[in-house]
Amino acid sequence: MIIKQLSVFLENKTGRLNEVTQILGNAGINMSAFSVADTSEFGILRMIVSEPEKALSILKDADFSVRLTDVICLNSPNEPGALARALNILSGENVFIEYLYAYSMDDKTANIVLKPDNIQKCIEVLQEHKMELVRASEMYKI
Amino acid sequence: MIWNEKIECASRDEMRDIQAERLKETVRRIYHNVPSYRQKMQEAGLVPGDIQSVDDLSKLPFTLKTDMRDNYPFGLFTVPMSEIVRIHASSGTTGKPTVVGYTRKDLNNWAEMVTRSLCMAGVHREDIVQVAYGYGLFTGGLGLHYGCENLGASVIPISGGNTDKQLQLMEDFGTTVIACTPSYSLHLGEELKAKGIDKSKLKLRVGIFGAEPWTENMRKEIEASLGIKAIDIYGLSEIMGPGVSCECEHQAGMHIMEDHFIPEIIDPETLQPLPAGEIGELVFTTITKEGIPLIRYRTRDLTRLNYEKCACGRTLVRMEKCKGRSDDMLIIRGVNVFPSQIETVLLEMSETSPHYLIIVEREGNLDSVKLMVEVQEQFFSDEIKQLEALRKKITHKLQSTLGISVDVKLVEPKTIERTAGKAKRVIDNRNL
Repeated sequence: MIIKQLSVFLENKTGRLNEVTQILGNAGINMSAFSVADTSEFGILRMIVSEPEKALSILKDADFSVRLTDVICLNSPNEPGALARALNILSGENVFIEYLYAYSMDDKTANIVLKPDNIQKCIEVLQEHKMELVRASEMYKI
Repeated sequence: MIWNEKIECASRDEMRDIQAERLKETVRRIYHNVPSYRQKMQEAGLVPGDIQSVDDLSKLPFTLKTDMRDNYPFGLFTVPMSEIVRIHASSGTTGKPTVVGYTRKDLNNWAEMVTRSLCMAGVHREDIVQVAYGYGLFTGGLGLHYGCENLGASVIPISGGNTDKQLQLMEDFGTTVIACTPSYSLHLGEELKAKGIDKSKLKLRVGIFGAEPWTENMRKEIEASLGIKAIDIYGLSEIMGPGVSCECEHQAGMHIMEDHFIPEIIDPETLQPLPAGEIGELVFTTITKEGIPLIRYRTRDLTRLNYEKCACGRTLVRMEKCKGRSDDMLIIRGVNVFPSQIETVLLEMSETSPHYLIIVEREGNLDSVKLMVEVQEQFFSDEIKQLEALRKKITHKLQSTLGISVDVKLVEPKTIERTAGKAKRVIDNRNL
């Protein structure tokens, strides 16, 4: 259930994001989900890739500050109120979300990548409520 | 007006006699009271009796800022603490400040030096002096303050900052003399303009500026923007504070209070004394100080000396505006900052590497410091709040150690240039 997300520290300067995507592209690593958090000073690039360990080591070799972070991915119906239902359950159980990003797969389903403060508890809560979590192996394949 | 004509206009022979007597006494006192300096003298095979004239000065070992750190806080004082009535401190090269102590007599001497300086600048007892140097551990505020009182001028002890209030009092009280850092005076000039205050409504006529380097161009700008005569005053807390030397109205070099301090110019590489007129490092020996007398203290300021009699009538030797430093100290908004202090802070924090770059800019007329620090891979968090917290922690530690605010910027690892030799740690974009 736990997905290894690749997080990269990026200074706010031209061309850095481009460099990361090129390095990964040249290594034949595919990105299946992607988000950039930015502040006035720096940004954090978060992505789900086909081969997280390999991506980690090649970016390290290229002198990036990079790490793998445990996240989970919720597969939810692509319909009004679906995300609200999931978040309602989590907040009801006091699971705190550090950040999330989501994307639609098609008109039926959407994937929501979540970084909770307590990942084990989050998984249990979602499973108790019969929420569908995406397997890591499937996620990397997308 | 010359405050102490007998001293300030003494012949060279008279001055050398005064200096020789006081030097002998100082060397004796230090030898018997400061073990670390006694040891230095013994290692050089010297006893106090070997020092009989000013020419013998060059036999004596130097005192360095690191000696003050090694004897922190009071190890170089030559009197018991019961005799010390005031303590000041300035930046050290690492986390520990450089501490100095003054006896009652030291404070009286200092006040007289500042009074002489004020008279050189053309200030008199009818003047209203706004002291906008910081009051506190920094010697600027209190140093100027007691000199003004000793002269009999009216002091406004407003201390630094709070520009609106500075301008308000300047206007309402009819301030005639302002004492602050030169960059702050430029800032005051700009604010005056921004607020639409007509400078002809002010009574300002003299500015006494020190604690940081400034150029002749800055002088012209300050004089034009505030409509005043801008006078350069020099000092350092290790030796005394402001008033170690000061310009007269001829603005032709700063007269050193030679009856209290013997200046020398040395080659900072060979450490040999240089002939008069050559540029080198300024070295002072204090000859009246009781609290913490220092022999051949290396100021690290680069300048030259002129022994010719000045047009004002004074014979006190004049030093030129400092040309720079023989170390890497930065002076930012009047505060001394050593890159090594920043390094110490970063090394004390496990999250940062000692790879950093200091960028100093002058925006408008105020200095700003940006510090680029590399984020170590192991401390990189993918949560923004943690990185922000790290940035705040570094900022806070630097503020409390350096006494100035630093804009901390986290940068990617290995982006700060590594050089084979001495790392380039500072980019100073100010044109000083």
